[in-house]
Amino acid sequence: MIQNLLDGVLTGSFLSLGAIGLTLVMHILRFANFSHAELLSIGAYAALVFDRLFEALLPVFAAAFAPLTLTGALVLALLVSMVATGASAVLIDILVFRRIRENGRELSMVFASFGMALVVRNLIGLVFGLHSQLYSPDIAFATVLSFDPLILVKPDQLFVFVAALAIMAVLHLVLTRTTFGFALRAVAENPALAQANGVNLRAMITAVWLIAGALAAAAGVFYGLSHQITPVMGRDLVLPIFAATIVGGIGSVNGALLGGFIVGIATNLSLVILPAGYTPAVPFLMILAVLLVRPNGLFGEARE
Amino acid sequence: MIGVVSYLVFFATVAAILAIAVLGLNLHWGNTGLFNGGVAAFFGAGAYGTLLLGGTPQDGHLGGFGLAYPAALLGGMAAAAVMAWLVGVLTLRLRHDYLAIATFGVAVAFETLMRNAEWLAGGAKGVRGFERPLRDALGDGFLYNLLFLVAVLVVLVAVYLFLERLIGSPFGRLLRAIREDETAARSLGKTPAQVRLTAFVTGAVIMGLAGGLYGTFYAFVSPQDILPTLTFQIWAMLIVGGAGNNRGAILGAFLIWGAWTASGWALSRFAPVEAQLYTGSVQFVLIGLVIVGMLLWRPEGLLPERLVVSQSGSSSRTQEGV
Repeated sequence: MIQNLLDGVLTGSFLSLGAIGLTLVMHILRFANFSHAELLSIGAYAALVFDRLFEALLPVFAAAFAPLTLTGALVLALLVSMVATGASAVLIDILVFRRIRENGRELSMVFASFGMALVVRNLIGLVFGLHSQLYSPDIAFATVLSFDPLILVKPDQLFVFVAALAIMAVLHLVLTRTTFGFALRAVAENPALAQANGVNLRAMITAVWLIAGALAAAAGVFYGLSHQITPVMGRDLVLPIFAATIVGGIGSVNGALLGGFIVGIATNLSLVILPAGYTPAVPFLMILAVLLVRPNGLFGEARE
Repeated sequence: MIGVVSYLVFFATVAAILAIAVLGLNLHWGNTGLFNGGVAAFFGAGAYGTLLLGGTPQDGHLGGFGLAYPAALLGGMAAAAVMAWLVGVLTLRLRHDYLAIATFGVAVAFETLMRNAEWLAGGAKGVRGFERPLRDALGDGFLYNLLFLVAVLVVLVAVYLFLERLIGSPFGRLLRAIREDETAARSLGKTPAQVRLTAFVTGAVIMGLAGGLYGTFYAFVSPQDILPTLTFQIWAMLIVGGAGNNRGAILGAFLIWGAWTASGWALSRFAPVEAQLYTGSVQFVLIGLVIVGMLLWRPEGLLPERLVVSQSGSSSRTQEGV
């Protein structure tokens, strides 16, 4: 039970990162982006490529920070991957979403995002192979916190939790304390009025994709550190991430943060009463429960 | 020769069954503007419902009620209706992303349930033990398949005529009115949420009917039949054929099913053995590109929606945009 709770907090760390980016995109661009979870895959695989590259070029960084399996190379790769994934998100927007948006067919963007998800997910499978991969072949030894009940925590898990919180803290400061943050929220509230006040809508949309992509890359790498990297990870993560945005209320960054942890913990706690095979359905049950009780989520506001 | 003909009959049967589901999706998306990310779930509810209600008793799971075939098929459609009503009632009052996410979620949940709940519908092994109707009289051969195709085509035409009548009726006009401008419709005293729910459940019942026929055709259904792939295929059919146009929906179903089957055959025949594992990925990339490409370059589809002027004399409506 306590073990499930701890695992849930860990799952929550990367779900929150994914959900914050998704909720920003949904708030500003007003569509359910089903290809968001593929940004996590792009991030995880980009980090894998750069990790191998940096290890080969700079052997100094190949050593792991004991007791973590994390290496300096992977930290560098994570930073590069955040930029690269943000750039991919912008590129996908320019190639597909922007063109559909500017043709005035906003509703079709949901279809387009599904199509892009299929393309990205399967291209990754074609390029990197369908098997799962790991950042480090080292076995991460878990630290035993307690024998009765048995509670195990891996050092990597703690790192993921702390790093996720740090990233979210930085984002929170940017959104609440800078002019850029105000402009972003203004665009979300009322795009026309924000533009009238001199906010460049296109630049803001690009910024949102960059942020969403960078957060997704971090989430993907953290997922890879604690699980493994597979081409279908986006398929498995898309529903939990959506559930997190709905629990928190679509458009609310704090809501997405909290929603990610709630969904992560609930999914892991469900293992106490349900066989593991049913886990993929748990996010849907949470969506139903939220829609029944509080349709706009914890922090969301009603909007047409 | 008989091999080719019997294959064509098989192909046409599956394509016609899928075309029925595409017609259901067209009522959702084409006519009402409702995004359904869980076509496979409503299709699956029809298939599972029909087979469980009409099948012979099986060890280890529910079902085997041995109902008469029409009753079993109606039961499958009712199962799809109940599921659609549940999702619709919760989401159709909210902004449109909720419906997209919830329908996607219901498909994941339905597949998960069917894959795991052995007591319910056999789990991953699926449901067997279904006697196809009139099998005693017609046997299992070519004649049966040919007559089954004819029956499916009759159903397809019936659904087509029903939908054409429906969208030509005042109710159909109301659907388009809500799709184009919900606020205006509401100002005329209409209740968009209610109307959407009716359209959503009706479309889902049509998908359930398609699923029921699909289950009947194979006399078997398993979680492999209700994968998200099916949803993507049915979307591609509607988008290629032309959202809002029922003939386009049927054309798209045959075209995409033909392309899917042909590409699968070509890949399995010409791709090197070591690449066989990846043929599925190639097909998914292709179908994703078809969806995105159509949306970018020909969003109205091959057969665009024909805008009907429902009252003569109002010339301003003919220029109506989307």
